[in-house]
Order: sequence, then C-alpha cells, then structure tokens
Amino acid sequence: MASLAWRNLFHDRVRLVVTLVGIVFSVVLTSIQMGLFLGFVRATSDLIDRSGADLWVASSGVVNLENGIPFSERKFYQAQGIAGVADVRRLTINFATWKKPSGSDESILLIGVEVEGGMGTPWNLVEGRIEDLHQPDAVIVDELYKSKLGVTGIGQTVEIMGRRARVVGFTRGIRTFTTSPAVFTTLDRARRYFGLPADQAIFLLVRLSNGADIEVVRQALKERLTFVEVLRTTEFARRQAFYWMFETGAGVSVLIAALLGLIVGVVVVAQTIYASTMDHLREYGTLKAMGASNGYLYGVIIRQSVISAVIGYSIGIAISLAVATTSQKTTTAIILPGWILGTLFLVTLLMCMLASVVSINKVTRLDPAMVFKG
Amino acid sequence: MMIEVCGVTKSYGAGDATVHALNRVDLSVSAGEMLFLMGPSGSGKTTLLSIMGCILRPTSGAVRIAGQEVTGLSERQLPRIRLEQIGFIFQGFNLFPALTVRENIELALNLKGIRGNESRRRSEVLLERVGLRDKAGQWPTNLSGGQKQRVAIARALAGEPGIILADEPTAALDGTTGRAILDLLRELAHEKGRTIVVVTHDNRALPYADRIVTIEDGQISGQGPEKGDG
Ligand SMILES: Nc1ncnc2c1ncn2[C@@H]1O[C@H](COP(=O)(O)OP(=O)(O)O)[C@@H](O)[C@H]1O
Ligand SMILES: [Mg+2]
Repeated sequence: MASLAWRNLFHDRVRLVVTLVGIVFSVVLTSIQMGLFLGFVRATSDLIDRSGADLWVASSGVVNLENGIPFSERKFYQAQGIAGVADVRRLTINFATWKKPSGSDESILLIGVEVEGGMGTPWNLVEGRIEDLHQPDAVIVDELYKSKLGVTGIGQTVEIMGRRARVVGFTRGIRTFTTSPAVFTTLDRARRYFGLPADQAIFLLVRLSNGADIEVVRQALKERLTFVEVLRTTEFARRQAFYWMFETGAGVSVLIAALLGLIVGVVVVAQTIYASTMDHLREYGTLKAMGASNGYLYGVIIRQSVISAVIGYSIGIAISLAVATTSQKTTTAIILPGWILGTLFLVTLLMCMLASVVSINKVTRLDPAMVFKG
Repeated sequence: MMIEVCGVTKSYGAGDATVHALNRVDLSVSAGEMLFLMGPSGSGKTTLLSIMGCILRPTSGAVRIAGQEVTGLSERQLPRIRLEQIGFIFQGFNLFPALTVRENIELALNLKGIRGNESRRRSEVLLERVGLRDKAGQWPTNLSGGQKQRVAIARALAGEPGIILADEPTAALDGTTGRAILDLLRELAHEKGRTIVVVTHDNRALPYADRIVTIEDGQISGQGPEKGDG
C-alpha cells in the first residue's frame, strides 16, 4: 500500500500546492541567484582564464583587469630573457568610447592584443578570423552586444575615441561584468586610440616552456622586472572576481538574494508542514495509541517533507534550467553546473527536514490519551 | 487474568488545581470476558480505560497486562505492549481519512510487521469478518457511522490482540446500529477468548455485558453480573 505520508500529502491537495510553490520559489530564486553569481564571476574573469597565459605581469598594486597602470616595454624585453619563459605577449585594456553608426556613444572595454602567439586573443569566433585584425582599423566584438554596439554584420564602420574602426569578426559568449562590452583590436591600434606611448603596455602575458617551474619563473620575473606583480593566471582570475564581487559589493546582493530564497523556503515549508501536522494530530495520537513508536511518526513527517522536497526541487530546477538556457542568448549568463544542482538538492532536502523539526517536536510531546477526547 | 489493576490512583495537575480522577481502584478482567464500565460523566471511566490501555500512567498503584507488570516500563517500552496486546476502539472512530478502508487495516498490520500480500490477505479476512468486504476500496468519508465503527473494529483486531478497549463505541451511533456493533464485539470476545472492556453510559447496552462495573467519583461503587439494572 502507499505510505501514510504519501497519502496524507496528496489528500491535502491545496496544502501540497502551497508547499510546492514555496519550495519551487525558493529553489528557483536560490539557483538563479547562484547561477547569476557564477555567471558574473565568469564574466569578470573569463578574459584572464581564457588568456592562454601561465603568468600575468602587471604594475605593482594592480588588483583588477580594468584598472591597469601602463609600464615601459623594457620589462617586456627583460621578461623574454628569463629562463623558463617560452613566450611573452603584451596587452592593453582600457575603457573607451564607441560611437555607433547612429551617432550615439557607448562605453566599451577596448583590449589591444598581439594577434600572433595566441595569448589574450579573442576566442569562439563565429564570423571572421583572428588574423583579420591585421586589416586596417579592424576590431572584433561579441555577437551578444550587436544591438548595444549598433552593428549588425562584418564590414560596418564606427568610431572609437574619434578614430575610425571597422568590425571584422564576431565572437560568441565573451561577456564582461561591467556594462561595457569587450572590443578586441591590435596592440598598436589600441595604443593609438588611447594616445598611449608606443613603448608602453599594461599587462604582460607569459607562457612557460615545457618543464619550467612556475614558482621559480614567477620569482625570477618579479626580481628582474621590479615594481611589478607577477600572478599565476588562476590567482589573477580569483583576485579579479573577488574585486568585482566583493570589493565593489556587486556580488554580495546576489548572494543575499540567494540566502533569502532559502530562508523563504524554510519558512513556507515549515509553516505548511506544521499546519499539516496540526490537522493530523488526532491521527498521530491514534497511531501512538496503536503502538507506533515516536520514530515511526517522525518517519511519516520526514517522508512527507522529503517527498515535497524532491517534487519541488525537480520542478524548480526544471524552471531554472530553462531560464539558464535562455540566458545564454543574453549578455547576462546564468551558469548552473552540476555541483550547484547537487548542492542545492541537498540544501533543499536539509531545508525540508529542518522545516519538520517543529512538527516532530509537537508530535513527540503529543499525549496519546488525547484520542479519547471528544 | 488478562488485566489486573491494583490500588490505582490517578491525579491530574498539581496544587490547588489537582483533580483526583481515580482513587485506589482494584479491578481484574479475565480472558474471554466482556466487561462494561459505567458511571456518570467525569467519574473516571476514560482515565481507567487509558491506564488499562497503557497510554496513561497511574500516579500510584500497579497494572499487569497478560501477567506482565507495566507500571515500571519506560516510555519506549509501553508502545510495544500496546502494539502486541491491545486494540482500541474510539467514540469518534479515528480512521485515517486519506487511506482507503482496506489501507486503514493494513496500516495497523504494517505496524505489527505484517506487510505485502500477507497484510492484504489478512485485511480482506478482517473486512469479511465485520461484513464490509465490498467496501475495501472506499474512503472512510463515504461510509455511514456504523460502517466506520466496523472498520475501526477490524483495525483493532488486526494482529490479533488479546484485549480490546472501547471508549463509548456506540455514542455516535443510533440505537439499532449501536446494538449491531455491540453484537459484533460480543461475538469477538467469545470467539477467541478476547478480553473486551467497553466504556458506556448507554443502558440499552447492558444486556451484552458479562459483568458491569460502575464508577463514581473515581471509585468503584458497584459491580455485579446483574444485567440491565441502573
Ligand atoms: N488530561 C486531564 N487533565 C486534567 N483533568 C482531567 C484530564 N482528563 C480527565 N480529567 C478529569 O478527570 C476526571 C475524570 O475524567 P474522565 O476519566 O475523562 O471521566 P469520564 O470518562 O468518566 O467522563 C474528570 O473530572 C476530568 O475533568
Ligand atoms: Mg470518557
């Protein structure tokens, strides 16, 4: 026979719906906020993570990608001479103004890269090639920002900092955390757009030779180049994400919303499970009189909350995955990796169990003699 | 003796608010006996029945069920005695509304470790015995009062307890239906040597009793085999 838990749950249809709505709401809110947070983290640090470099060199004191301080290219040549360094490439990155064909301005994040060497260059090209950056005034942008940048296809011309620029390629899925889209161009052109002296760079991207010890090379670079930070790519990515998420506070609100989602879930579920327990108090008393142990009664209550959790979670995650899939076509990606789904399942289960504690307490203290009361 | 109550006293509350519900009650019920507990409202009948049913502890005195002393048992051990020895029947039936008639009985069987096909088979037999085999798949709300009480009787019989305790089992039923329920209970008492204690204040029930015990103000005020007086 179907268990009492199952039957009681589906007997109170309205309450079941309320419980499920609470859990679904909580799961959707929490997972979307977590997914947004991960999407933000990726947007802040993707340029670093996908740079192909092992080490990043920046002026000392630089904590994030967007606020670099230019330094002399002498360091670039010094770095090339260090044992264990296979390749070094320069990169500049600055906010700039982009004038759309329609005439209005947009802020962009202009990235000047060395086209050869495969470090810091754009990835996931869906139109055009990286080498096309060698063409006059060439820039590559992401297709997600087409409308924001006012462009629809290859060959269109715009202005960056009052100078001519021409779109030669589109990437797919290179997002930035700030509202300024990434625009790739060559190092020389980027310097010209900014009026940066021709012998200045903002970052050096270093690739190690096979078998080189990353820590040894890092120390050597730090000592030889002077007044620089030398960071592993993963370390810089983490610093970048931390800066945007926590030092600016931008990520905190998202995490608070996720936490709120959980709290709302616990409250709603506790409320409905408790109301259900109160409604079935006489039944629990009857079970006690019939000789059921407290453990048996806890089993009934916990099974109800676990069944609710599993159903609510499944519906909630289905909704969130649909939203996350849709978000891939927008400039704000919601990322829901397996570990988030797994963790959230455990959290939902825990939340529902937690919500049963009050009910369990009530049933424990229930006097079976109540069954004889009118 | 199936049930032995010796010098049992029960007080509720403390201080000025103390209610002395039972005062030095001695009572024994033998196997196969159908005992009626009668008395005015508030006299302590339900309290005595609850103590015999091991769901209430006496303030003092001793209770033995099927020869086993239960007064000293812990809160963890008492449910086991109820499970193995006692079936309850309530004035308000106390069926599980979300379970079908058969499932109500199977639940009691499951509690006793009888599951699957065996519990299904036994529930059919029990329903047959109370004349409700055709109602197995019904919801309790679709049954009449008398039918509900028959289901409750079948449920109390699940697992073959030696003792059936019924508190006002006919109070919510009309006279004819009530008599049919008492007929059924009496049949059960005699068929397997069960001990049945029925609390009632319905005089029409008296002809069914083997023995009648009356309680007043928490004390036994009379008992005897004479039926139908009072
Ligand atoms: N849980 C309780 N707390 C306090 N007083 C109670 C409780 N249960 C019963 N009583 C009191 O004990 C006395 C006997 O009650 P009860 O056994 O229910 O009598 P009966 O079943 O004969 O009507 C009554 O005065 C009643 O008010
Ligand atoms: Mg009573």
